[in-house]
Amino acid sequence: MKQIILGDNQFFGINHMSEEKARAQAIKFQDISAIIEAIDIAYDEGIRVFMCTTHERVSDICDHVRANPERYKDFVFYPCMPYAHKYANAVTEKGMVGALRSFLPEENMISALIGGAMSVARKDIERLGGLLIDAEMKMFRGLQTPVIFLQNVVTDLLLGLGMKDAFVIFSEHVKRRYGAEPGFITMNAPLLLDALEECGIDNPIVCSNVNKIGFRMCGGLERYEAIIATRRFRPIAMSVLASGAIPADEAIAYVCRQPKIESIVFGASSRQNIRQTKQLIDRHAAQAA
Amino acid sequence: MICLTDRSHPDELGTPVPPLVSGRWPVESRTSKFPSGIQQKELSMIRVALMGLGKMGLSHCAIINTHPDVELVAVCDTSDYLLSVLGRHTRLKTYRDCHRMLQSETLDAVVIATPSRLHANMVRDALMAGLHVFCEKPFCLDAEEGLQLAELAEQRKRVNQVGYHHRFIATFHEAKRLLEFNVLGKLHHIRAEAHGPVVLKPKGITWRTHKQEGGGCLYDYASHAIDLVNYLVGRPHSVGGTIMNRLYSGDVEDEVYANFFYENGMTGQIAANWSDESERKMLTKVTIWGANGKISADRQDLHVYVRDDSLVPEGVNRGWNARYTTDLTDPVWFYLRGEEYSAQLNHFIEAIKSGRCDTRSTFRSAVETDMVVSALARDNEAIRTETDLGHAPAEEPQGETGLWSAVLRPKQRDASSRSNGAYL
Repeated sequence: MKQIILGDNQFFGINHMSEEKARAQAIKFQDISAIIEAIDIAYDEGIRVFMCTTHERVSDICDHVRANPERYKDFVFYPCMPYAHKYANAVTEKGMVGALRSFLPEENMISALIGGAMSVARKDIERLGGLLIDAEMKMFRGLQTPVIFLQNVVTDLLLGLGMKDAFVIFSEHVKRRYGAEPGFITMNAPLLLDALEECGIDNPIVCSNVNKIGFRMCGGLERYEAIIATRRFRPIAMSVLASGAIPADEAIAYVCRQPKIESIVFGASSRQNIRQTKQLIDRHAAQAA
Repeated sequence: MICLTDRSHPDELGTPVPPLVSGRWPVESRTSKFPSGIQQKELSMIRVALMGLGKMGLSHCAIINTHPDVELVAVCDTSDYLLSVLGRHTRLKTYRDCHRMLQSETLDAVVIATPSRLHANMVRDALMAGLHVFCEKPFCLDAEEGLQLAELAEQRKRVNQVGYHHRFIATFHEAKRLLEFNVLGKLHHIRAEAHGPVVLKPKGITWRTHKQEGGGCLYDYASHAIDLVNYLVGRPHSVGGTIMNRLYSGDVEDEVYANFFYENGMTGQIAANWSDESERKMLTKVTIWGANGKISADRQDLHVYVRDDSLVPEGVNRGWNARYTTDLTDPVWFYLRGEEYSAQLNHFIEAIKSGRCDTRSTFRSAVETDMVVSALARDNEAIRTETDLGHAPAEEPQGETGLWSAVLRPKQRDASSRSNGAYL
C-alpha cells in the first residue's frame, strides 16, 4: 500500500510543461473555496496528507481546517518551506540582508546582528534559522504537521554551497520545536543523500522527482534507481507524470515498481483526476507487491 | 528612429543559414550532456573564483561549486555578514577585496555577478590577469567600453561569456535551430516579451532601482527580450518608437516597448514590464513570423505552424507542431531554479576545457545587446514622432445616448442612490 499525498502546485499556477495550463489552473483555483473543494474530494477518496508550500494562501486553508476539526479529523499537513518567490522578490527589493531582516521579528537581537561587521557564531545561525522556520510555521498552529520539508530551492542552494550545517540546524529545530520529522525536497537526490549522510542525518525523508523519463532527476535515471534500491533513506516520489509528459498509467506503473517508495505526491485537481490517480496507484502498487 | 552605428564586426543578422537538405527535427541525446568529469574526474581541475554574492551570485556559486571539473577556490563580496556565514559554514575562502583575491589566488577563471556598473573594471582586471571570464548580464553600461573588452578577450584568447541564460533555455535554443533549418522561410516579424513581478511597490533600495547603477526594466528585463531577439534573428539596424513608462519606480522605468527595424525589411517589437503582478515569475515569450509560418515559444513550450511542409526538415509537419521542455531539455548534473543556469556555466567550463572561445553568449554578442539597450535609451530621450487622429471627435452629448453614458450611468445612479438614498 502506497501512501498518496496531495500536492499543491496545481493550486498556485505552477506547471512545468505549459504556461497556458499553469494560468488556467491559477484561474480555476483563484478562489480558496475551489482549493478546499479539491482537498475535500481527495479526503473523501481516502487521501489524508496535503503537502503544501508555505504560500500565504495556504493560511486560508489552515483556517478552514482548524474551523472544521470533525470534518478533517485525520488530515495532516506536510509544510514545505519557504515559499521561495517570497524571498526572491524580497531580495530583489531589499537586498540579501534587508530581505532576511524583513522576515524576522522586529527589534530582534539576530536582526541587529545581520549586516553588522562582526563575525557570526554558530549559535547565531541556529537562532536565525529557528526564527525563520517559526515564521513559516505560524500558519499551521494547532494543526498536525508530522513532517516538515525544506523546499528544493533552499535545499539545493545549501547543498551546492556546501552548507551542510544548515541541514542539521533545520532537522534539530523541527524535531525539537514541532515534534516533527525533517524532510528534504531536492532535484539532486544522489548528491543530497551523500551530504545528509556526511552530517549524520540518518534514514532521511527525501522527496524528489521520480519519473521514467528522468525529468529533473540530476545524476540521471540509473543513479536514482540505484540509490532507491540500495541507500538507506525514505524516498517520496513527486513529478511522477513529469508534468504530463508521461501517460498516467505508464508513469504510475514505473514508480510503483521502484522498491522502497512508500509515498507518492501528485497534483490532481478534479474529482475524476483524483479518483483515477488513486485507483491507478492502488492497482499498480498491488501488482508490484 | 535610432540607428545602431557600430558595424565594425560581422553581423549575424540577415544572413540566412542555408536549409539542411536532409535535416530532421530530431531530439538530441539526453544522456551525453553531463560534464565529462561526472564519469571521470579530470586530473586538472579548473580553478574558479566568484565575485558578487547577490541573488545571481549565490546561485552561480552553488551551481559551479558542484561542477565535477571545477574547484571553486574563493568568493568575494562586500557583505561581512555573508562572508562570515560562508567562511564559517562552507569550505570557501572569502575575500572582501577582489584585487587581493586576484593577486593571492592561482586561478583559471572568474564568475562576475556584481552590480552592473562594476562589471567593466572587474572584467578588465580579470582579463589582464589572463583569466577566462563569465560575467552576469547586462555586460557593460557603456557599449563602447564593452566592445573594447570583447576585443581584449579575443586578443588574449580568453573564453568570454555573458549570463544571458535564455540562450540556454531548450525551447528558445530549439527555435534557433529551426530558424537555421529555414523552417519559416523569409522572416518578416519578431515579437519578444518579458513580464514579471519585480517592482510592485514605490520603494526599493537595491541597485536595481538606480539608473546610474544599471537598474531599471530596460537593463534588467528588456535586455533579456532584446538578447533573445538578437540570438534568434540577429540585431536590428535601428530602433524607433521607444516607450518607457514609470509605474512605481522613481528613478527608473518599469516598462519598455519599442520597434526594431532590419536592413532586409524585417521588423520586430519588444515589450517588457517588470511590474506585472499577474505573473508568478519572469515570463519570456517570443513569436516569429515568416513566409512559411510561425514559431512561438516560451520557456516551457514551443509551437511551430508550418504552411508548406515540402520546405521543412523531416519531423516537422504541415500545420501545428508542439514540443515541450520535458522532451527538449538536456539533463544537467546539478539543478537549481532551472536547467539553463547550470547549462550556461557548463558551456563556459567546457569551452575552457576545449580551448574554444566562441561561446553561445560571447562578450561581443552581449555588446550587441548593450548597443540595442543604449539605442533604446537614446530613442526614448529623442523627440517622439506622433501622428494625431485628425480632428477630434465631437464631445459626448450630455443626454441619454452614447456608448459611455449607457455603460456609466447605472453605476452613477447606484452611487447616488447609496449616498443620498434618493434616486427617482
